[in-house]
Amino acid sequence: MTVGSVETRTDFAPFEARLGDGILSRDRMVGMPVFRIKREAIADALRFLRDEPGLRFNMLTDLTVVDCIGLHDGDRFDAVYLLHSLERRERVALKCPVPEEDPFIDSATPLFKNADWLEREAYDQYGVVFRGHPNLKRILNHKEFVGHPLRKDYDIYKGQWLSEADDLLDELEIRHRLDPKPRSSDRETMTLNMGPSHPASHGTLRNLVELEGETVLYAIPEIGYLHRGFEKSAETHEYNQVVPYTDRLNYCSALINNVAYVKAVEELCGIEITERCKYIRVIITELSRIMDHLVCNAANLVDIGALTNYWYLFNLREKIYNVLESLTGARLTNSYARVGGLWADTHPEFEDGVKMLLKETPKHVNDTLKLVARNRIFLDRTVGVGAIGTEEAISYGFTGPCLRATGYEYDLRKELPYDGYDRFEFDVPSGHQGDVYDRVMVRFAEIFESCRIVEQALAQMPAGPVNVEHPSIIIPSKKETHGSIEGLVNHFKIVMHGVDVPKGDGYAGIEAANGELGFYIVSDGEMKPYKCKVRAPCFQIYSAYPRLVEGGMVADAVAVLGSLNVIAGELDR
Amino acid sequence: MTDQKGKGSGAGADRVATGRFTTDEIPPESVMLTRLDAALNWARKNSLWPLPFGTACCAIEFMGMVSSVFDLSRFGAEVVRFSPRQSDLLIVAGTVTYKQAPILRRIYEQMAEPKWVISMGVCASSGGFYDNYCTLQGIDKVIPVDYYVAGCPPRPEAVLQALVEIQNRIVANPAPR
Ligand code: SF4
Repeated sequence: MTVGSVETRTDFAPFEARLGDGILSRDRMVGMPVFRIKREAIADALRFLRDEPGLRFNMLTDLTVVDCIGLHDGDRFDAVYLLHSLERRERVALKCPVPEEDPFIDSATPLFKNADWLEREAYDQYGVVFRGHPNLKRILNHKEFVGHPLRKDYDIYKGQWLSEADDLLDELEIRHRLDPKPRSSDRETMTLNMGPSHPASHGTLRNLVELEGETVLYAIPEIGYLHRGFEKSAETHEYNQVVPYTDRLNYCSALINNVAYVKAVEELCGIEITERCKYIRVIITELSRIMDHLVCNAANLVDIGALTNYWYLFNLREKIYNVLESLTGARLTNSYARVGGLWADTHPEFEDGVKMLLKETPKHVNDTLKLVARNRIFLDRTVGVGAIGTEEAISYGFTGPCLRATGYEYDLRKELPYDGYDRFEFDVPSGHQGDVYDRVMVRFAEIFESCRIVEQALAQMPAGPVNVEHPSIIIPSKKETHGSIEGLVNHFKIVMHGVDVPKGDGYAGIEAANGELGFYIVSDGEMKPYKCKVRAPCFQIYSAYPRLVEGGMVADAVAVLGSLNVIAGELDR
Repeated sequence: MTDQKGKGSGAGADRVATGRFTTDEIPPESVMLTRLDAALNWARKNSLWPLPFGTACCAIEFMGMVSSVFDLSRFGAEVVRFSPRQSDLLIVAGTVTYKQAPILRRIYEQMAEPKWVISMGVCASSGGFYDNYCTLQGIDKVIPVDYYVAGCPPRPEAVLQALVEIQNRIVANPAPR
């Protein structure tokens, strides 16, 4: 069937019949069909899409708001819901116009657990009120912040000081009221701050925990300590200038972020990158995935007392750094991808370096596995700790290794292949019960799979150009610029006006090291993105943290935190 | 001991009568004379206990600096402490936001004197390329800084140089603050 000129495998007729005139119009964005619906109908629409057997859009991929003041004259805000049917590998979007005068819409928290934090973020950044949300409080900005920074009329340079950190007791009180817990004794409880500066809080995360003895009764995470305004900054930079900002989202695997971002822009432009570029992107993505898993597991093992592994795994990481540095010029923040291609082609030493890594990686990882895989202390600390089932994990928006650890083999590289991943042979490792042990082991297993992919990609890599031939996307070569009038004009145009991105919006997601990393980009046809929203995998995963640690021991909370691979740059953006 | 001059009446009184050690009975190679603050500074210099206030990407490079390739322990500073009361070198590695500023300040205040601060990376030093509504434009707006390291992130060698520089300063400074 077709919706708004997009071919879909799903038959949306029952949905359209159910909503009737709740549907305002049918539309499209890059990557999926769109239904514009009345805001009164949103709860019904989401429930129907989620539960109806022929639809089953069971994951809320992202939820955000667009400030349409510069786009059209209609209602000021659009609430955007991106849904994904994991079973049928299809996406759909809902948009609800929300007027500025009474900016409210019904909350989706009863339907999707990850809606809790997503709605808090949308409220914080845009001031749209989600009715029925249990705790609609700022999440990224601090409690004394006035205004909503992502509204177009908020000045980007207007910083606001905070006089004192939030005590979070109001949130604890809400939890007490909504979720009273049976107590095993009448001993007094203790409230304790874990973080924001704590050895096991990777980056700066803070948790207020209420303890009964050593058992965690309630955990209240506070995030936003590293909210450094990625989205607002992206709106003030040209498309290619945003690439360095993406490095610093998940800085453990910067290259994957580069690739994910430029891919979203490329889809918006409707360009197909060259074959060679695809292969190079696959290689750097997989090397970055290995690096990311190394840091995550190394830090997680340190937190549960296994320090030696950290030295083993970091040595390997240093080797990968060296190879990537020879390619991109930077160890950590590579900024290597460009819209339509890459900053530069590879060189022969790079390929030798990758071959060396293919030999070294299994060695280092096996050394570590020898130390931990059958280690009694490690098993005692991880097996059965922080377990979560598939169904619940999906409701929290889990993707990547954390979802696969629950036993659900879902990997975007297999399900919705991009960049030629369907040409490579690899397995998707999965766990059994979604506990810390499974998460650690899935990551270790994925390192070996990534090596397999890199090996195949290196062997099959075709020759040819790395950049597309597209005068309004890629800057012409020096020879052309100085040798022909068209070359000169194109050069001038790109330097002055940047990449030419047509009006419209679109979403593209790839399988990053942490899970689905996606960018929802709105373009108004100008040289800078009108809006650039990141679907950060760990933001949604971390929102399940209270669920995973409550009822467990406080020491286990540390093990669970490490296994989720929460990267503050991506979490807080 | 010099001010015992003339006052001595006990067993060692004869030997300090001149106001100096007579080194007759002490083998020269087993004694080193120095000023107390110099000795303390020497100890301080070689046993800096850093508190990594790691917030962002720079913290990952800090981890790299501690790991075996760059090996912070060569400089006696590998005992990383997250308790401000146990550490004397604050390494601010990463972006500090307005939301974070009161916490950074509190941590600095909790550290015992003498203490030193390294600002690692351009974010900590000046806000870096995050010139926007939520990022503090340099940690020196809330705490004093002894050494700024440029780079985004700085290479581990650059931070090691900052450490050595702090060590030199410790030795050169007769009365640490
Ligand atoms: S200076 Fe650069 S690498 Fe360091 S925290 Fe800032 S953005 Fe990250």
